[in-house]
Amino acid sequence: MSCLQTIQDYGLRAVGYGERLLPKEDFTLCEQFTLIGSGMIWNVYFGVLALILGFFFANALAMAKGSRHLMLRKPAEWFIFVFRGSPLFVQFFFGYFLFLSLKQVYPIFTPFTAAWLGALVVLFLNTAAYSAEIFYGALRSIPKGDVESADAYGFSGWPRFRKIVWPTMLRLAWPAYTNEAIFLFHASALVFFSGFPSWQQRGDALYYANYFADKTFNPFVPYPIFAGYFIILTLIIVSIFGLVNRRLNRHLPQEARRKMKLKMNVIR
Amino acid sequence: MFSFCTDPDVLGQFQWLSCYLTTGKHMSLYVSVVVVLVLLAITAPTALLFGFGGAVAARSRIPPVRWFGKSYIAIVRGVPDIAFFLFFVIALDQAFEWMRHKVLCPDWTDPIRQGNDFVVCQAAKLPLSSSPQWVHETYGFFVAVLTFAIVFGAFAGNILFGAMRAVPRPQLETAEAYGLSRRQTFWRILVPQMWVFALPGLSNLWMVLIKATPLLFLLGVEDIVYWARELGGTKTSRFTDYPHGDWRMYYFAGLLVFYLIFTRISEIFLERLMQRLTRGQATTGGEAQRKAAA
Repeated sequence: MSCLQTIQDYGLRAVGYGERLLPKEDFTLCEQFTLIGSGMIWNVYFGVLALILGFFFANALAMAKGSRHLMLRKPAEWFIFVFRGSPLFVQFFFGYFLFLSLKQVYPIFTPFTAAWLGALVVLFLNTAAYSAEIFYGALRSIPKGDVESADAYGFSGWPRFRKIVWPTMLRLAWPAYTNEAIFLFHASALVFFSGFPSWQQRGDALYYANYFADKTFNPFVPYPIFAGYFIILTLIIVSIFGLVNRRLNRHLPQEARRKMKLKMNVIR
Repeated sequence: MFSFCTDPDVLGQFQWLSCYLTTGKHMSLYVSVVVVLVLLAITAPTALLFGFGGAVAARSRIPPVRWFGKSYIAIVRGVPDIAFFLFFVIALDQAFEWMRHKVLCPDWTDPIRQGNDFVVCQAAKLPLSSSPQWVHETYGFFVAVLTFAIVFGAFAGNILFGAMRAVPRPQLETAEAYGLSRRQTFWRILVPQMWVFALPGLSNLWMVLIKATPLLFLLGVEDIVYWARELGGTKTSRFTDYPHGDWRMYYFAGLLVFYLIFTRISEIFLERLMQRLTRGQATTGGEAQRKAAA
């Protein structure tokens, strides 16, 4: 069977198109590349959606945590503490079993027990908590002078927040947020190992890599393929976030626009 | 465990629960908590050692050593750690068996990798098929520890490499001016001073390490996640004296709380340590402490 045929059969296997049965024996390199690559669809799906939804929620959470009102601050602090203080792996399990019991009472929760929605919800809440902590840290380190000059120019309330505080916060938080994005995509590989079942063997990249490693008892082929895909994905994330970083800092003089440095002490 | 536990059906709620939580299987759950703590206690120093080695290698003047160190500390950033866990667990096992095979059965001619099988001679099997159960479990745990140490060593290496570069340059130049050799400068000036720069990263790494411990489950160790799933599942009265419905949700809520308490305690402790290490350092933190004291 030619490689083109394999790609046609298995290229979209992870989302349910093409050949129904997975290859059983005599795995070719092409099959492994195609299937693991098709699994990447799920990793990208989880990563992108959780990141975009989480971004908005994280902003709200950071504002709430920085708020003067106890009723806003305390819930946000607790939310962030719970999601940052416990392992994502256990959160996945807890979320799955929680949805499973909710489903018994309210049938509306049925789709939540499937990975595509349930795991997405958990990932979304998780990344919102981590990003909120990053944004909150940035919010507190906005230079005093910036806010004072805004006051001097007569900015206040919403316009001050929209035009001065928020962009500065994003600018300060961006390198750490890039890191968070990378780790969020990495975390998406956990989904199918943590309770959420894979329906009709539709799984993410690691699910297929693990499938091949189990069948061939040879980890030296599928895992490096998987690693290769993820390194490419990481490079893409870094370059997209680098572009945004350039736009955020476009008002600065050329020399001051330092290249974004990714620090290791802010990993999750 | 308690004397009133002989007939669970007649007990009141509180007594029933106290009996239920002290059954033999629950004891295994509590033991597995200890296993997690032991894993952390062994892995943290080992990973630090690996990381130190990696950072020193990355600073080496010999190119191949430097390349090795740099690629070791760089690779984990791009790839999810869980992939490394799944990979190393099989790869290390096969590597050990392969080495033992080469040493113990030199006259074996068949290829080791036959299609989908990995075949080594009987004497090279790890652990030996005749060995008792606890040897199997200990070996599994050992491979898991080594896997954790390799992956987290790479993270630690990255942090220590950065910390070594963060030590103010004049400190090293002064050492040179006093006639210290490269080795002396490294051990007496650089290493004692780098910790304060490394600590924020290392404390974060410690948190990440704590939160990675449930992944032991994927490495085939019977850890807390395994027992929580096992014990929480629906039990009918045919197989146990303590029948209950699907309680896995509550068990995992319990795990969640366990980890929350654990990370919180670590956070408080690390904050104190940071205060301690900052004393007398030429950093803004140290300066603030000096001013507060004066």
